[in-house]
Amino acid sequence: MTGREKILGRIRAQKKRGALPADQQDLIAARIAKHEHNLIPKRGQIPLKEQMDLFQLKMEKLLATVERVKEAADIPKAVQSYLAHHNLPTRIKISPSERLTDLPWSDIPTLEIVTGVGAEEDEVGMSPAFAGIAETGTLMMASGAETPSTVNFLPENHIAVLNAKDLTGSYEQAWDALRLATKDSGIPRTVNFISGPSRTADIEQRLIMGAHGPKSLHVILVGDGT
Amino acid sequence: MQVTSRKFKENSHKAMQDENLRAALGRVKQGFTTARSVAASELPEFEDLRDKARDIKDEVLENLDYYLEYFDEKVTASGGHVHWCSSAKDAREAILKICRDVDAKTVTKGKSMITEEIALNKFLASEGIEPIETDLGEYIIQLADEPPSHIIGPAVHKTKEQVTELFYEHHQQYGYTEREEDPEKLVGEARAVLRHKYVTADVGITGANFLVAETGSTVIVTNEGNGDLTQSLPKTHIVVASLEKVIPTLEDVSTVMRVLARSATGQEMSVYTTFSTGPKRDDDIDGPENFHVILLDGGRSEMIGTELQELLRCIRCGACMNHCPVYHAVGGHSYGWVYPGPIGAAINPQMVGLEEARHLPNASTFCGRCEEVCPVRIPLPKILRHWREEAFEKQIAPKPERWGLEFWGFFAKRPALYRLATRAAVKLLSLMAGKKGRLKSLPFGKGWTSVRDLPAPQGATFMEQWQKKQKREG
Repeated sequence: MTGREKILGRIRAQKKRGALPADQQDLIAARIAKHEHNLIPKRGQIPLKEQMDLFQLKMEKLLATVERVKEAADIPKAVQSYLAHHNLPTRIKISPSERLTDLPWSDIPTLEIVTGVGAEEDEVGMSPAFAGIAETGTLMMASGAETPSTVNFLPENHIAVLNAKDLTGSYEQAWDALRLATKDSGIPRTVNFISGPSRTADIEQRLIMGAHGPKSLHVILVGDGT
Repeated sequence: MQVTSRKFKENSHKAMQDENLRAALGRVKQGFTTARSVAASELPEFEDLRDKARDIKDEVLENLDYYLEYFDEKVTASGGHVHWCSSAKDAREAILKICRDVDAKTVTKGKSMITEEIALNKFLASEGIEPIETDLGEYIIQLADEPPSHIIGPAVHKTKEQVTELFYEHHQQYGYTEREEDPEKLVGEARAVLRHKYVTADVGITGANFLVAETGSTVIVTNEGNGDLTQSLPKTHIVVASLEKVIPTLEDVSTVMRVLARSATGQEMSVYTTFSTGPKRDDDIDGPENFHVILLDGGRSEMIGTELQELLRCIRCGACMNHCPVYHAVGGHSYGWVYPGPIGAAINPQMVGLEEARHLPNASTFCGRCEEVCPVRIPLPKILRHWREEAFEKQIAPKPERWGLEFWGFFAKRPALYRLATRAAVKLLSLMAGKKGRLKSLPFGKGWTSVRDLPAPQGATFMEQWQKKQKREG
């Protein structure tokens, strides 16, 4: 008997039944396929403008920083001033996504832009968020050929670009959007929910930033959603 | 890990003399409980979400066989493998085989209670594979060669000074020759030492907070980001999870997530919640090439359909121990096995046997705070009572204890006699106490009087006062 048969057999013996009858199996399969939303807190059910404010408020409470820019073309300049303000190196590892590679980096020749996966020596990494969730100030990052997830974790400092139009109120809405965007390929290998920079309280419960993931998280929120 | 639950009494006596532990437990009592209550009060839907989380877990447990098969199918469809393991031994062997297949020398590990349960680190080391814990707390206790004392803060019992010494002892080989005392610098040291290990490890092992049936995803929740580096950098990712972790859909996970971190640390959301599905896709430029899920039963299937089934709702937040007066007094190691606190007292007798763990269900004042704060509303006191009854019926409790209970039971079942006896006992105790009103020693009561006097009961018994009150209000 395989391990699988043994375990399933024990569960069924405890339940005093065999495998579920076909009609009950269909019911559960239908329940799964429905992706029904359960209770969603009211705080996330708000118009986009309020979502932007709530997202920023929550992120800042999590000790991340948020900067709003009018349009994507403003990003390189915003990045430069952020790096300068925090005394960070000017070499940036960016995800090989058109959302980042197509930006007017040549306007800011002092920045050194390197494309690829996250590496041990990277001090600044930059990646595009798939969605933002206002409810708790959370980014949803989806891995893919253009969005390697290591860029979100290996660099010491992480800059995430979030389009205001990709902001949602709740996790459930973000899942809906992801399912729609990946309906042919299926769920990406890695989906990261990120709420603030890395931290630990494992030494005497004192909060210390930058345990293993990035020590800082800076979110550039682009546009007003229109 | 080595089970020492049999020595609960000795262990807890020792723990209560430990000054460092007293200070550490004081922080647990303050920090976690306040944070949880603030987080809960800031979300008006919190209580309803707890109900929903309980219902989701109940539904899974009713149809666990189906959900597990569904999950397996989805993992396989995404290119991963599920290994169904009945016992700890099966799980260790499955993990070893995967490691051998990729000729692994080092393994980085994210936090996983199940790998504690199957004593994986010792086993891998004995097979010549070096396991490296990456969660800071787990790393600290790995250096100290100790088991975790809390399920979400494994090194919660360690002081900063002890961490200083451990790092000084173990980090000299990496060029850190000074005793570092600043906690921030200590964290920085661990970060620097582990950074290179992530990149060079052959296999990354993580636990799972949830397994999603709908997508075949495994989910980890961390604050440090160590789990993410562990699961994305090595060529092989092994997830070790017990079978009750399965949740139907991403929506259901979202619901349970809303109560998990709030109950655990009082955060609204942990910093990183990561969903891993299968190995990297063909055109992905990072991520593991192999993805394995070790699905451990370890005695859990036998709980299905019994009064212990509700324990399988547990999402391992640690709220029950954070709020437990007994845990606050004796700490996690006293419980003598992987799971401490009320959840440990309730589940360890099933996992290691009631004979071994018979003290644990008695390590409770039945104050009920654990049930009050449990995000999935596990009736922990009820389950502890179940174990006490079983210890009595199966004659596992020692004779004096059982005789005492029988003696008491004889009177308790005869109310008139009980009242007479209590009146007589009260009189007798007052007489013995004399004018001082206190007893210096008491037959059968040395446990109390060896360290303090017993104040003699005064006035009428409760029943007498009650009857008087009833008449007055008549």
